[in-house]
This record gives sequence, C-alpha cells and structure tokens, in this order.
Amino acid sequence: MSDEANKGLNSPLRRKLLMGMAALPAITMLPRTSFAQAPATSVVNTTGLAVTDTEVTVGILHSVTGTMAISETGSVEAEKLAIEQINASGGVLGRKIKFIQEDGASDWPTFAEKAKKLLVNDKCAAVMGCWTSASRKAVLPVFEQYNGMLYYPTFYEGLEQSKNVIYTGQEATQQIIAGLDWVNKTKGAKTFYLLGSDYIWPRTSNKIARKHIEGHLQGAKVVGEEYFPLGHTQFNSVINKIKLTKPDVIYAIIVGGSNVAFYKQLKAAGIDLSKQTLLTISVTEDEIDGIGGENIAGAFACMKYFQSLDNANNKAFVSAFKKMWGEKTVIGDVTQAAYLGPWLWKLTVEKAGSFDIDKVAAASPGVEFKGAPEGYVRIHENHHLWSKTRVGKAKADGQYELVYETADLVEPDPFPKGYQ
Amino acid sequence: MINARFFNRSELIGFLALAVLLFVILPLSLDIFRLNLVAKYLTYAFVGIGLVICWGYGGILSLGQGVFFGLGGYCMAMYLKLEASSVENTKIQSTPGIPDFMDWNQLTALPFFWKPFHSFPLTLVAILLVPGIFALIIGAAMFKRRVGGVYFAIITQAIAAILTILIIGQQGYTGGVNGITDLRTLHGWDIRTDHAKFILYFVEVVLLFACVIAAQFIRLTKLGRILVAMREQEDRVRFSGYSVANFKIFAFCAAAIFAAIGGAMFTLEVGFMSPSFVGIVPSIEMVIYTAVGGRMSIFGAVWGSLLVNFAKTSLSESFPQLWLFGLGALFIAVVLAFPNGLSGIWADYVQPRVDRLFGSRKSGWNDNSVADGAPAE
Repeated sequence: MSDEANKGLNSPLRRKLLMGMAALPAITMLPRTSFAQAPATSVVNTTGLAVTDTEVTVGILHSVTGTMAISETGSVEAEKLAIEQINASGGVLGRKIKFIQEDGASDWPTFAEKAKKLLVNDKCAAVMGCWTSASRKAVLPVFEQYNGMLYYPTFYEGLEQSKNVIYTGQEATQQIIAGLDWVNKTKGAKTFYLLGSDYIWPRTSNKIARKHIEGHLQGAKVVGEEYFPLGHTQFNSVINKIKLTKPDVIYAIIVGGSNVAFYKQLKAAGIDLSKQTLLTISVTEDEIDGIGGENIAGAFACMKYFQSLDNANNKAFVSAFKKMWGEKTVIGDVTQAAYLGPWLWKLTVEKAGSFDIDKVAAASPGVEFKGAPEGYVRIHENHHLWSKTRVGKAKADGQYELVYETADLVEPDPFPKGYQ
Repeated sequence: MINARFFNRSELIGFLALAVLLFVILPLSLDIFRLNLVAKYLTYAFVGIGLVICWGYGGILSLGQGVFFGLGGYCMAMYLKLEASSVENTKIQSTPGIPDFMDWNQLTALPFFWKPFHSFPLTLVAILLVPGIFALIIGAAMFKRRVGGVYFAIITQAIAAILTILIIGQQGYTGGVNGITDLRTLHGWDIRTDHAKFILYFVEVVLLFACVIAAQFIRLTKLGRILVAMREQEDRVRFSGYSVANFKIFAFCAAAIFAAIGGAMFTLEVGFMSPSFVGIVPSIEMVIYTAVGGRMSIFGAVWGSLLVNFAKTSLSESFPQLWLFGLGALFIAVVLAFPNGLSGIWADYVQPRVDRLFGSRKSGWNDNSVADGAPAE
C-alpha cells in the first residue's frame, strides 16, 4: 500500500464515498475486483488484528471430530463456501480472507482453549463457530475478555446477548411461537404433548411453548411433558402414553442420534404421521439423512430455512454448495445460518469501514443481507437476526415441502417478557 | 525404615530439572496464553501423581479419577459462580442473586448445598473433604468386601458414568451439560487477567511440588513398602497381620485428594467446569497420561501429562481433522515399545549413560529397587 493511497483514504471525500457505499448494501455486494482501491491497513485495523494489505485472517471453530462432528460438518462446509465466494468477488475491504480452522473436538473446554488461541495467538478478525449451547457458553467469556467477534449459527434457547456475538440462527421465540400459532389455526390443535432431550435448549424451548400454549392459544393445554437423556434410545413407554392421551400435537425437541430411535419406534408402534400431527423444531434435513425419510414423512418442522425453498438466492446457494461438497450433501437450517456468518461479517466490516471489533460490533445493527438463501435477513440491535419463520412438511425423499411462512420478518426477542 | 535420603541422586536430578523447567524456563520463554495452557496440562499431573500412588504402587487401577477431579473442580466453581452471581450482576433475572442457570430452570432460591460455598475457607475445606470422603465411602464399600482388580476398575468407571448423568440431569442445581461457566473473581480478585493467570501458574506449580513431595513421602515410608507388597502378593500381606483394606482405602483417598486439588486448579486456570471432565473418557485419558509417563514414577506422571497434552494441542492445531489418529498412534507406540513409559526410557537408556559419565555406578539409585521395579504381571 503506497502513501498516496493512504492520503487518498484520509481525504474527507473518499471517506464520504466509502460511507455512502456502506449505506447501500446493494452496491457493496457488487464484485469488487480491484485490490488497488483497498484502504490502508493502518486505517482499517487499529487494534492489531491479523490484517495485512492483502489478507485478513478469520477463524473457523467447529467440532470435526467427536459426536458433534456429524452436525457441525455442514456448518464448516457452508462457511468455507461463503469465504470462497467472498474472495472470488474481491474479498473484504479489498483483502482476501484467509481462514484458520481449529477443532473443538465436541469437548467444551477444548472449544475455550481453541477460541483463546484464535483470538490471542492468531488475532483473528472474526470467528465463525460453535454449535451446541454448551460450546458457546464455554467460549463466550473468552470472546468478551479478549474482545473477539463470534458468528454463531445454531438456533438456540435465547436468554443471551453479547456485544461480541452475532447470532445468525433463531432464538427460541422465533422458532416456536409462529409454528404453534400455525398448528393451532390450521389444524385446530388444542392438546399438546411436549417431548425433549434433557438439556437447556429443549427445556427452555418447551417452557416457552407451554407459556404460549396456555397463555395465548384459546382453550389449548399441555397434556404431557417429558425429557430423555441425550443419546436415549428407548421411547416405547412415552409412545404408549401418547397413544393413551391422544394429543392433537406431539411437540418434539429430541436431538441427535435419539431421533433415529424415536421416529422408527413411533412408526413401529403404528402412529401414522400423516394422521397424527407432529411438530418438531430439532429435525433438519441433516437429521432426516440419519432417520430415513420414510420414517418421518408427514411430520412438520418449524425452521427458518429449508433446502427446498424456491427463490433465486437459494437455488444459486444450493447448486454452489453441491458443486463444492458433492451432489449427495443435504443442507439444513443451521448450515444455511452458518453460510450467513462470513457474509454478514463482510457487509458489517464494509459498513464500518474497519476491521476493529468495537466498530464492527457497533455497526452490526441494521446490516442487511439480501443475498441470503433464506431470503432476506437484517441484524437487530440485540445482535440476533430478523428472519421469517417457516413450517415444512417432511417428505419421503428427505426434503421438506414449505407449507407456511410468516408474512413478515419475526423480531428476535432473546429475553421474552411473559415467557420466562 | 525411612531412607536416610529423601531423594536419591537420580531423583534429585529429576526434581531439580522439573523445578528449573516449570519455575524458570517455561515462564520466561512462553507467552501468557501458552503458559496458561501449560497450567491446564499440569492440573492433570495432580491426578497422575495420585494414580502413581494408587495404581503404580498400590496396584489399584481406578478408571474414575475424573469423579474426584470433577468434584474438586465443581466445589471451586460453585464458590466462584456465587461470587459472580451477585445481586447487582444478575438483576435482569427473575430471581436476582442466584446463578443464571438456576434462574433459567425456574429455581427461586439457592439450594441448601450451595450455601456453604459463599465462604472461601469452607470452599477450600470442601475441595479436599468432599472428594476425600466420597473416596472413603467407595473405598470402604469395595475394599472391605475384597473387591479388587478389574471389578474395582469397572465399578469406578460406572461411578464416573453415574455422576455425569446425575450432573447433566439435575441442571437446575448443577448447570447441566453446559457446566458452570462465566466465572470471574476469586475473593474479589479478577482471575481472568493476564497478571492473575501468571500468579495462578506459580501457585499451581508450588502446589504441584507439594504434592510431589507428599507422594514421595508416602512412597518412602513403611506405608509405601506395604503398598508395593500388597500389589505383588496381597494374601501374604494379609496373613502377616496387616489390614489390606485400610491401606488400599488410604491410597485411594490420597489419589482422590490429589485429583481434587488438580480439579480446583483447573477451574481457576480455565475459568469453568463442566461434566465433560467427570465422565469415563476423561478418566481414562488421565490414566493414559500416567501410563505414558510411567506409572511407577512420580515425575513420569508430571512429564506424561505435560507431553501428551502438548502433543494433543499441537497435533490438533496442525491437523484439525486427523489429529486423533496421530494421538492414538502415539499411545500405541509408547505402550508397545515402552511398557514402563517415559520414565522407563529414562531408566533403561539415559540413566546408565549419565552414570557412566559421572563414573559412579555404585551409588544411589538402586536403593529403592523394590519400589522402582516393574510390577510382575
């Protein structure tokens, strides 16, 4: 970077131009191929992050070994795709993104150790990572202490908000309320049986679901609520109880491998999901891959994204993803949310005109991404995303068919009043 | 029949080398991030030292040391969490003044067993006593009934699994699978700063050496001899009139307390505690550190913990997708080629050369050959 370029950037006119560009996301999305325009490193990086004249380093922190690897691999793939696409279109503030990948090994303390390494040792300008709430809770103090920026992709229980995290998945109310309203309205559902794996996300989600069912749906009630340890595979007793109580809706938040046993046993017990309404918020296309489409066909899932969404952004995304990672890969809700991370970061950095964490955090609210496969998203003041809630019906081929979507974007509300 | 010299010459060299490394070389050569990682590795060395006494000398293989590591860690974490959950810090909750995860689980008052952890002295006592008494109960129940060997190992493993499930299941009281996170201050002193990490490192190393000396003391007394005798021929010891069960209980409790100190230091160094240290996998990993270091050698346990964890970090940083294979290969290689671990390599290959160099083969290190010899299996 020459001195002339330095001066050029510092001139008021140039600044105004940059700010003008940042205010118009449509323009910032145009490919910028000329690296000569890049502003000087000393200007865009005043806090010693790993930014050079041509490169900026970000971290990818997911489990690629251990029990969570099967879920998190999709996120890693989506993030790498996004980074490659951003680089192909000129990078961020004229700099190519270089990524350092670390393995959280499905182990929360390892996540904390690696997060610290990415921030302290590698000075990453941003980190895309984590999947489970436990891993996020483990790294959160690290990001706050060393002032890093985390883009977290998973739908989660809410009750959290941090300057140092952008939550690109849904918090609990965004995933739950619209789905319950829909099932109440279209199916006339009055009785609900709540199921979940026993940890914070299903418990908090069911708590919100129960408050909504009992407080906001006319005449509706919860007829049962049960939890199972992670990895549980014997659902026969609860399936018998369901047969006895005959709820209008089975509301299932069972995660991971337990899903395979649950849906197979449900089918074996003669519960036909085309007659019995089942609504889940924990089964994406990735999980169906393991469960088998024929075992879950007919169930409804409440998400913000399905691979089958019919819009131009999504078609381009799906074909690029398959081209990079193979025809057989499926794309679930979280994978799409992970894809948003690098893009939102790029747009925010260009809006802020700086890689500095404080400036990026401050510039985040209001950043919108029109190229999102799910349609359109915008970052809220509370660092969560405005997005639509959608209901899909599982088909035997492992895909969801969209049956309902909210008309407007749903406001994220991580600390919902009246639901706590 | 305590030996005239507390350390023989080769042990003294080992002791001094470790002291120089931990007190001088590492603090001077590493930045605070890496030093903090070393501190984390060393917390496992406490468990390793306990295992040398309990397994190496006493012949009691415990696959549940994570239980005691976790109990010590949880005791410390509960104190730190209460301090971090002051009414002022938690005013957005529906019940301010209790830990955040309790509030999420609709608890409205602090459970009774959390209350003692408001006090720092009581916490320190609990860190030693809770795991100690737990080990005493398990030990008494097992050894008095002459449960030993493989059965004991399986039972300790089951206890580790039970405790993990209990902690995860009772998330309102324990933080569940997330563990106890977001710990900030110790008695008003911010443990997250670089300065604090530096001081904590030295506190830990001092404690580690205290444990090394305590373990060496146990080894050299008559007690240590009886442990070895028990391992080799339990019945003969019993017929000689010793209460075998009591000695075993002692060794097991000592190992538990060492592990608990490690766990408490872990919480301070890393800043949180979670059930993932209590379960079967971490417990077995801790046994592996000791095996790699050499289960007959107190210093070997420290070196084993340091080197295996160092390998773990550096392999996973370089090969995020393949590192587990590398680590596995390393274990297999060490166990196959050097059944006595690193300390075996030292004793077989390095030590003779050192002795020859100084021309003093007669002196010293065979004094303890009974205790140092490889177990007959």
